[in-house]
Formats: sequence, structure tokens, C-alpha cells
Amino acid sequence: MTINLDARIPTGPIEQKWTKSKFDMKLVNPANKRKYKIIVIGSGLAGGAAAATLAELGYNVACFCFQDSPRRAHSIAAQGGINAAKNYQNDGDSVHRLFYDTVKGGDFRSREANVHRLAEESVNIIDQCVAQGVPFAREYGGTLANRSFGGAQVSRTFYARGQTGQQLLLGVYAGLSRQIQAGRVTMFPRTEMLDLVTVDGKAVGVVIRDLVTGAISSHAAHAVVLATGGYGNVFFLSTNAKGSNVTATYRAYKRGAGFANPCFTQIHPTCIPQSGDFQSKLTLMSESLRNDGRVWVPKAKADVGKRAADIGDDNRDYYLERKYPSYGNLCPRDIASRAAKEQCDDGRGVGPGGRGVYLDFRDAIKRDGQAKIAEKYGNLFEMYERITGDDPYKVPMRIYPAVHYTMGGLWVDYHLMSNVPGLFVAGEANFSDHGANRLGAAALMQGLADGYFILPYTMGNYLAGLGLGPAVSNTHAAFKDAERAVKTKLDTICAVDGKHSVDSFHRELGNIMWEKCGMARTKESLTEALEAIPKLRERFWKEVSVKGGQDSFNQTLEKAGRVADFLEFGEMMCKDALVREESCGGHFRVEHQADGEALRDDTNFCHAAVWEYQGDNNAPALNKEPLTFENVKLATRSYK
Amino acid sequence: MNLTVHVWRQKNGKDAGRMVTYQVKGVNEHASFLEMLDVLNEQLVAKGEEAIAFDHDCREGICGMCSLVINGRPHGGHERTTTCQLHMRHFKDGQEIWVEPWRAGAFPVIRDLCVDRRAFDKIIAAGGYISANAGSAPDGNAVPVPKEQADRAMDAAACIGCGACVAACPNGSAMLFVAAKLAHMHMLPQGQPERAKRTEAMVTAMDAAGFGNCSNHYECEAACPKDISRDVIAMMNRDYTKASLGHREEESKAEGAG
Repeated sequence: MTINLDARIPTGPIEQKWTKSKFDMKLVNPANKRKYKIIVIGSGLAGGAAAATLAELGYNVACFCFQDSPRRAHSIAAQGGINAAKNYQNDGDSVHRLFYDTVKGGDFRSREANVHRLAEESVNIIDQCVAQGVPFAREYGGTLANRSFGGAQVSRTFYARGQTGQQLLLGVYAGLSRQIQAGRVTMFPRTEMLDLVTVDGKAVGVVIRDLVTGAISSHAAHAVVLATGGYGNVFFLSTNAKGSNVTATYRAYKRGAGFANPCFTQIHPTCIPQSGDFQSKLTLMSESLRNDGRVWVPKAKADVGKRAADIGDDNRDYYLERKYPSYGNLCPRDIASRAAKEQCDDGRGVGPGGRGVYLDFRDAIKRDGQAKIAEKYGNLFEMYERITGDDPYKVPMRIYPAVHYTMGGLWVDYHLMSNVPGLFVAGEANFSDHGANRLGAAALMQGLADGYFILPYTMGNYLAGLGLGPAVSNTHAAFKDAERAVKTKLDTICAVDGKHSVDSFHRELGNIMWEKCGMARTKESLTEALEAIPKLRERFWKEVSVKGGQDSFNQTLEKAGRVADFLEFGEMMCKDALVREESCGGHFRVEHQADGEALRDDTNFCHAAVWEYQGDNNAPALNKEPLTFENVKLATRSYK
Repeated sequence: MNLTVHVWRQKNGKDAGRMVTYQVKGVNEHASFLEMLDVLNEQLVAKGEEAIAFDHDCREGICGMCSLVINGRPHGGHERTTTCQLHMRHFKDGQEIWVEPWRAGAFPVIRDLCVDRRAFDKIIAAGGYISANAGSAPDGNAVPVPKEQADRAMDAAACIGCGACVAACPNGSAMLFVAAKLAHMHMLPQGQPERAKRTEAMVTAMDAAGFGNCSNHYECEAACPKDISRDVIAMMNRDYTKASLGHREEESKAEGAG
């Protein structure tokens, strides 16, 4: 059985596709909207915005999040900013340029039509956020301020200090709260989706665990939206929040939704290096720092132990400026990360274990004064000092790449609907817009575009096609079966009663993924991972310790369920990385390079790889959606 | 470093709860406070005991999920620091540490160190928003906002909703939290149309949720990991007075008309 990968891309010139598509979509009469129930899983930028906006339109929405409040979704941690093609700076920006930069930045592995729509909607997002009271940075004249970000030569990034994600999410949360008060959204915090329910091939609801009481319940709806973020925590150490997980999307995959490009993960170049085995997560330092910070390592290996101040300019290698003179320190993330790894592999890394490079503000402070730099980056400098004990006004920051974002996700068509009718996927959880590498300040843009401006249209089109009947009842046998399966799985985990902690398995999986399927991948390393992961999974099911049972607030059990899914998902990631015999964006296969740069193979791999579940004991089937480039010419990326 | 840690253990909301003493060995001084608790939990799992429940998520000081009263101070009492960003280098080898949940009537304990903060969500739902449906917004630059005002709005908007202000207040008051949200919106032109209604609605919801009143101790300001200034409370009080007067005027007008 193969899955239907018709992307439903509208015909016509790229500039008119979205407008035409909006007109062609079926509408639901305002009086009928309240008869439709929609479930939204996740309350971040994509999920929260979708829930609020669908409720504004009059739909009956239920929203679930695992945190204690929708305000805490991990979108909140995004620091640097959000892109929009406003061209307020009069520096040559346009919808087409943002579209072009994003397709190129994604190394030609995204879908052109989706990216163009994203660029079009970017301008509306800024307007919407301003109207909601997001306190964006302003110029003295009162207009909106911008800054530059990687992979672009125009200033199109809007920001709220170093807390842009927080402010955008609080805007979403405010809008969502307004709809909760109005009774159009029912909010379920501290809950987790543990299964998707389908009847006659359509998504009709979910099975939810109440994380406080442990109660399992079924919720039925006309459509389900998954906006549950990315799977970066498969690496254990990442910049993701500790709770971020793959469970919702992975369990939807097991119910028939295709999973696209799982091997496309973004390793962010500017994170605080790991400092010990106790470490539970990594902290990102915003990419915006690369506007003023210069990245370097000592030229000579002998100098790596010296204090930075004792190494003169002649003996410093500003390797990004050297290798990529036109983009310099603002080259895209995948390139900057790999370059940092190269320097460290060459023995010129700094700090403990030689796993770090300098991000130096000395010249910017000399040029602009400390006050100006503090105004732009004060909170980031403070965060750095709090974690490391070093003062970046005096000594350069030490940074190293870390897992940050996942471009892969559930496959969706142009309507953001998966191949399971009625199952929509938004934000980082889907695969569509960033190809093999996401540009900075593009995640917030995508989450909000999906939630505010795309789903509200495409959802109506789907619902109008369903007719006016009630949703399948949550007492349907399919719900009861799914509930039973969920309870059995939880009991099975609790019954193992082994001696090893959940975290110990998660850490071990993370090590395998980072070493074998991280910044550089080889056939050999991936083959090793594919042998090691099933063995680790087997040990997990024999040796994990989960006390306390399933009928109470049990954080260990929550984690165990998520790690169990990561232990299966990691294997699929490695399979995807193994069969993609090319290097593109964040996916670097050592066998495929030219002069140290990634070597794409457009003849054989210009497609989205979509994995289809075939049962626990069978390998997943590979389906392909070919990608065509009619507006941006397929070319080797160059940032030189 | 080795530590003696006294931790509040409570099975659920109905359980009386008690302090339990643990010895934690081999803690790295660069670990965060939560990583120290991870180490302790690993030791408990190894002994076959149930792990200590505590809330946390981003572990970089922005989600507001982590809490903990450490040695009597919310978030441990270091300036502009959440518990997840408090590092063990601030403690001494051999030190005794007391760890408790937020203590406030409006934040009931769920288990161990986790409390229920949904009262905050109710206050925001009562009016902590600017009513602007998606699609209805004018151009972002249509209304200029002086930089200083935008900066002051941002200062107030930096609140992470952790609840340390409530935990620190002898009255369990949420005034700093509520006033910060109001100040954020009322510094901006977009927040003006609903100003009076919003202030009244949020203050009413705050009282209904069982939070106490402000009696000017300013413990909230000292405990706030995001440096929210107590000045926002004065602004809220002014707005509240104005709003209640305005409200009465409207009521009497309506009565007169009737």
C-alpha cells in the first residue's frame, strides 16, 4: 500500500496561487461554524494561533497542552526575531526575495508554493502582532526596528529584545485566553495526546491522558490539528525544552500519517558548549549575536590554551569571514555549524575538550560602545554569564553547535493536511517550508502563518466538504480500542520494574544519535546506529524503572512514554539519513562533498522522503513526493 | 560537592505533606539547581524510590514553569535568576538546603513541589488581551509608538508568569503579576480602547481567585526573576480608581435614562 502524496498545489503563477486557492476554497456558513468541533494539540505559536483564530471564526475548539498553562509552550524560548518582507528599511526586500532566500536557504528541499505563501503572509503577521500589543523594538521616530539575520542580505527581522518568541507567544496566549473566556475554546492544560483515532480512514479524535489524575479519555471532533513542535530531544541534549517530544506526531504516524524527511535536523551554531555529564539541556545564544560578534579560533594549534586576549589579530582565524567573504559571520546555520566542527576537528577548538569557538564582541564594543551593545544584547550577555561565570563584555563567548530545530515532520499537502483526511499539522511539527535547513527568524514566521492565516482557510474547506453531520461519537469502538491500547502500553512500561532510570536510556540514545546521525553522517556511522538502537530499545523494555503506576501524577511515566517513542523514531531518522545519499542543508553525508561543501544530488534526491508505517515488526515503506523548482533555479548554494 | 537537601514531599492535594531529608553526593558546581535535583532523582530511582516531582521545562529562564522556594526564597533569591538558571556554584560543599513549593492559598499543591497556577490563566482570560481578531489589523507602522514607551511596555511584558511574586508576598498577593500585564498593554496606544474595562475585569478576577491584597512589602519586586518594577502596581491602582469611578458614572447615567 502506498500513500497518496498529492500536494494539491494550485495551478497558475506562483504569485497568484494562494489568492486563487483562497477564492476556490469552500466556505462554511457563519451560523454553521459552531456545529463543527476542532481539536488542537499544542498551544505554541502554531497551535495557539490556530485555536484562537478558528474560535474567532466561530468554530468549537478544544485545545490541549502538556504544560501547566498554554503560555509556556516552547515557542516562548525563541530569542532573535521574526522575518517579514515589509521592506521598511528600503533595502531591496520583497515577498519574492524572502521567498527566494528561504528556498535557497533550505537548499532546494522545500515546496516552492508553500514557501511563497509563507513569504506573502509574513507581512500580515507583523500587523497582527502589533495590533495585539506585541512590544516590538522601535526606532526613535516610533516606527518598527529591524535587524539582520543569517542567510539574508537585507534587514527584515522584527524583534522584541532577545525575547521575541516570548512576546509573540504571549500575544497568541492573550488571543487564546480571550476565546477561552468567550467559551469558544475549552483549554486542557497538563494533558498529553497518546493516540490518534481514525474511522473510515479519517481523523476523528484523540485519546488523552490527564497528567494530574492519570485518567484516560476520548475526545471526538470533525478535525484534529497537531501543532506539537519538533523532535530535537531525540538527541537528549538539545536547546528544546525538556518536555518537547515526538509522541503526538509519531503516534499519528503509526495511525497512517506519512513522516517526511526525519533526517533533516538543524544544528544551531551558537550554543553554550556542554560542560559535564550532569548536563540536562543546552542553551542557545541567539543568532542575532552574529550581527556584531566575530567568530574565530586561533590559527595555530599551540595557541588554543592561551587566553583570548593574548592572541593577536594576526594569529586569529576569522574562518567564516575568510571562507564566506560576502556573508561572513551571517552565513546560514548549517554552514556555520559545520565550519565550527571543522575547526575543532582540526585541533583548533577552544575550551574544555577543544569543543568550542570564540564569538567575540571586542571590535563591536570598540566601535559602538558598551552601552549600545548592552542595549541590543544585554539579556543574552547576562544569560551567558549566569551559566558560564564568564563576562562576555570582557572575554569572548565560547560557543559550539547544538541540536535546535527539526525541519522534518509529518507530511502535509498545500492545505497543511496530512495524508490522513481531517488530520492537519502546523508549525515545526510539519515538514513543509524549510527544506533541509531553516533560516533564522523563520520558525516564528511559519508557526504564526500556519495558525493565523492558513489553517483558518483550509480547515473551512475541509469541513464544508464533510457536510453538516455530527462528529463520530467518542463512544465509538475505535475510541474504546485506542483507549485500551494506551492503558496497556502504560501498564507494560510500569510492569518492567527494572533498575535503570528513564533518563539513562534517553542519554544513551542521545549519544548514539549525536555521534552517528549528527553534524556529519556516514554510511558506516548510520549502519552502526541502526544496529545499536534496536538493542537499546530491547534493554529499555527489560530494564527501565518506572515507579508509581499510571493512576496519578507521575512525571517518570510521562518521560518513559516519550523516550519509548524516541527509541523507535531514532531508528527511522537513521534510515532516512542512510538512504539520502547526498548532502543538503543540515544533512551532511561525508561521502558527498566537494571542496568541503555539501554536494547535493538533484537527479536522484530532489524529493521529500515520506515514511509509511508498516507494523512494529516491518521496516517502514518509503514514498517520495518529487519537488519541482520553477521559480528559483536549482543551483549550488553559494555564500562566498 | 555533597549536600544535605530537605525536600517537601506530598503525595497529592489531600495529603498533609512533610519535609524529607536526603544526602546528595557528587554534585558538580556548574550544574543548575534542577540538575542537582535530577542527580538526586537518579539516586532515588537507583534505590527503588519514587522520584521527586517538580515543574520545569525550558531550563533557560523564560517559560516560567519552574518554581521552588529555596532556603525560604522563591527561585533561591539571586537577582534576576529563575531556579533553572541558579547554579550550584552559589552553594557551599556540605551545605544544608531546604526546598519547598510555592506557598499560597491560590496555588494549591498538586504533588511534592508542583503547584496549580491556573488562577493566573483565569486572570488573563478575564481581560489580559487586546481584542484584535486575525485579519483585522492595520499596517504595523500605521500607529507610531515612541521608543521609550515601547521599551517600558517591554519591561513590563517580560513577566514569565512563574508566580514568585505571589510566593514571596506575605499576603499571597498577585498584584505585581496583574499590574505587569496591565502596564504592558497600557503603555501602548493599542491598549487604550479597553483600558478601564480590562483593569476592572482583571482586578475582579484576581480577587475572586483568592489572592491577597498589597500592603507595600515589595517582596514581590525583590523576588521577581525578570525585574518587574513595583511602579506598575501604582499605575494599576490609579487605573482601577479611575475605572471604578467611570463605571459608576455610566451606571448612574443608565439609571437616569431608565
